[in-house]
Amino acid sequence: MSGPSTYQPQNGFMKWVETRLPIGGLVHSSFVAYPTPRNLNYWWTFGGILSMMLALQIVTGVILAMHYTPHVDMAFNSVEAIVRDVNFGWLLRNMHAAGASMFFIAVYIHMFRGLYYGSYKAPREVLWILGVIIYLLMMATGFMGYVLPWGQMSFWGATVITNLFSAIPVVGESIVTLLWGGYSVGNPTLNRFFSLHYLLPFVIAGVVVLHVWALHVAGQNNPAGVEPKTEKDTVPFTPYATIKDAFGMVCFLIFFSWFIFYMPNYLGDAENYIQANPGVTPAHIVPEWYYLPFYAILRSIPSKLGGVIAMFGAIVVLAFLPWLDTAKTRSLRYRPLAKQFFWIFVVVCLLLGWLGGKPAEGVYVTVGRILTFCYFAYFLLVLPILSRIETPRPVPNSIADDVLAKSGKKAATTTASIAVALLAGAALLAGGVDQARAADHGNTPPSQSWSFAGPFGKYDRGALQRGYQVYKEVCSTCHSMNLLHFRNLADPGGPGFTAAQAAALAAGYQVQDGPNDAGDMFERPGRVADRFPAPFPNENAARAANGGAAPPDLSLIAKARSYARGFPQFIFDLFTQFQEQGPNYIDALLQGYEENPPAGVTVPEGSFYNKYFPGHAIKMPKPLSDDQVTYSDGSPQTVAQYAHDVTTFLMWAAEPHMEARKQLGMQVMIFLIVFAGLLYFTKKKVWADAH
Amino acid sequence: MTTASSAEPTRRDFLYVATGAFAAVGTAAFVWPLISQMNPDASTIAAGAPIQVDLSPIAVGQDIKVFWRGKPIYIMNRTQKQIDEARAVPVASLPDPESDQARVKEGHDNWLIVIGICTHLGCVPLAHEGNYDGFFCPCHGSQYDSSGRIRQGPAPANLPVPPYTFVSDTKVQIG
Repeated sequence: MSGPSTYQPQNGFMKWVETRLPIGGLVHSSFVAYPTPRNLNYWWTFGGILSMMLALQIVTGVILAMHYTPHVDMAFNSVEAIVRDVNFGWLLRNMHAAGASMFFIAVYIHMFRGLYYGSYKAPREVLWILGVIIYLLMMATGFMGYVLPWGQMSFWGATVITNLFSAIPVVGESIVTLLWGGYSVGNPTLNRFFSLHYLLPFVIAGVVVLHVWALHVAGQNNPAGVEPKTEKDTVPFTPYATIKDAFGMVCFLIFFSWFIFYMPNYLGDAENYIQANPGVTPAHIVPEWYYLPFYAILRSIPSKLGGVIAMFGAIVVLAFLPWLDTAKTRSLRYRPLAKQFFWIFVVVCLLLGWLGGKPAEGVYVTVGRILTFCYFAYFLLVLPILSRIETPRPVPNSIADDVLAKSGKKAATTTASIAVALLAGAALLAGGVDQARAADHGNTPPSQSWSFAGPFGKYDRGALQRGYQVYKEVCSTCHSMNLLHFRNLADPGGPGFTAAQAAALAAGYQVQDGPNDAGDMFERPGRVADRFPAPFPNENAARAANGGAAPPDLSLIAKARSYARGFPQFIFDLFTQFQEQGPNYIDALLQGYEENPPAGVTVPEGSFYNKYFPGHAIKMPKPLSDDQVTYSDGSPQTVAQYAHDVTTFLMWAAEPHMEARKQLGMQVMIFLIVFAGLLYFTKKKVWADAH
Repeated sequence: MTTASSAEPTRRDFLYVATGAFAAVGTAAFVWPLISQMNPDASTIAAGAPIQVDLSPIAVGQDIKVFWRGKPIYIMNRTQKQIDEARAVPVASLPDPESDQARVKEGHDNWLIVIGICTHLGCVPLAHEGNYDGFFCPCHGSQYDSSGRIRQGPAPANLPVPPYTFVSDTKVQIG
């Protein structure tokens, strides 16, 4: 995109096209011949990684939209139907959901890289501002996407975020009504969010084109922050940058795959596996981790309007950065003082993210205010002052000089800095997510040993079949499992019933069908395509029959219950793939009943004392007792065994494709690691000529 | 930049070919789920299971329309006249030659069960209409006889017969 192209088409057809539409020349000058500084480090591969993530999000998103239903009554179940029934639906959904987080991880690294190396300075101000616009669009898109599954966090996140606009004087309330399309968050809100969530990624793609255009006019910045002067300072984009970017992308995909295949729920909130309920707010409303720093800023200002202004100001201030930092030296490598402040700023951002997940009370408020001050002080005080008083170290004469000087120690520092950054990023991420989980006041359930834990975990078929028996004979008298069908009992990776057994189990139930030709509803034996029948016709009936507390649907209960693991355990969990909070909790709850509450604890009439239930007073009477269910395979008929079996069954019900997921995950991981190795050596060969 | 050219394959060439092959295989493997997701999902497949239809309320000369896998299925209790007409036609003279006997179950010759989708462009033909005592498609004027065979008009083939079996004399399982 810079200057006339030197592209010479080889064959006649391409020549014919080129004289009419010089697209070959455009591609050639932008992505082949384009001179790229030869001293770029791996932090520069995140531009390519972000392009890849945008493409992946659009592709998976377009596909999910083929199966999703944007209606308040159907959205939640349609997402579950994608995960359960659509071919590879679980994969596409995990890619899209985890992909959003990956996108933000990459964009934050990209932004901090720009900050560190002064990539916003002349002549790249427009490039930088376009980047800030992309970031704002990403936040809007991510927020609206999070609303679509219509879980509890979706609904309450939408309520809280749209209410931000009510802070605007005079017109605030009208704007909020306009956003909702009603008097509260409801079906019109969901519909428009779906529409906009589909639209905005293409707007982002458009701004990305401008961003890349501006980049190719100004040329890339580089770690030394000196402009290329001679041909020795640059290498052609292809093959040098392409192969390096490809290696970076595949490494990033390995990181990404860890979440897709092994930790799909680590970055999400258990609360979002409960369908939206406008009558009950979750105990802790927390946005997705990538908004947490701004959420912390919002909450530290003791005024509604002030908080909203500060929150948006924290992003908008980035756009003014080129005029706040007026230092001539671009790269912080040569600004020792500014470099120290930069790292302090990074820590401030991480701490703000951590605070965003904490309740806004006590010492957290004070710390939040100090950190908010530090955040703004970096842009409004530190950078303007430093650019006037700091004496930078001399910069290299040219990029070629920089490469020669650095070639010795470069590899080690790059690797170390990437490792540090990844760890820090992981800590922020994990911290935010962990805090997001409701730290209720129950006892922490003991960790059990589960056959389905870990990268090779599989369900224990015997436990699944016994668990189904326990569900059928005990739980199903009060609890529905609306997302389960009898056909699922014969699915691969499930309890291992044959199709005939599943059909027989279904036929054991009478299911209402109709209307028939006379217009009457009638009963017929169940078929494999039928759902598990619900014990009550509707929620009100369930509530009335159970002392005012409707027994929750159990389809997703093993993923909808969780507890905080605490620091530093949640960081280890990322590596050990621990995500059995739900099963641990259910197992403990079923065994946590005590006849006599501890001294000083009174349980209201109609409630029962449970050691692990938040608040300890549970409406469900002790459901299991020894010898209640007769096992045919000789397994012990104890409460502990029942609890273990039914919990295993519920985990399968919540995550029916787990075995396929982990198996495919292993294949993908091996493939990507080998591919990354090949790319690394290819990259070394290619670059051998350049150094 | 130097351009190394060598007639002999080198280790470098092998590396490049292997990397390229991995990229190609990886892309193909990634595209597979993106295509596969468009196929019917598990709930659609389960809903497409065989259905049973009670024939006892259908009098001679009447027909009903049931749905199986989202397709309208005509179940017609044919009169003797309709059967005779269908069997009197020389099979070789038909555009899509097929005998009436081949389109019904032996011993249940009065029951014609066909998928009611015109083989021209997918409209639903009207039963007991047209010149052949069978079906008439109002969209483009295709005429089917009392065996559901194409006799006149743009449709290229007979109305297809779905897989079905008689569970009893008055009950049929379609699918």
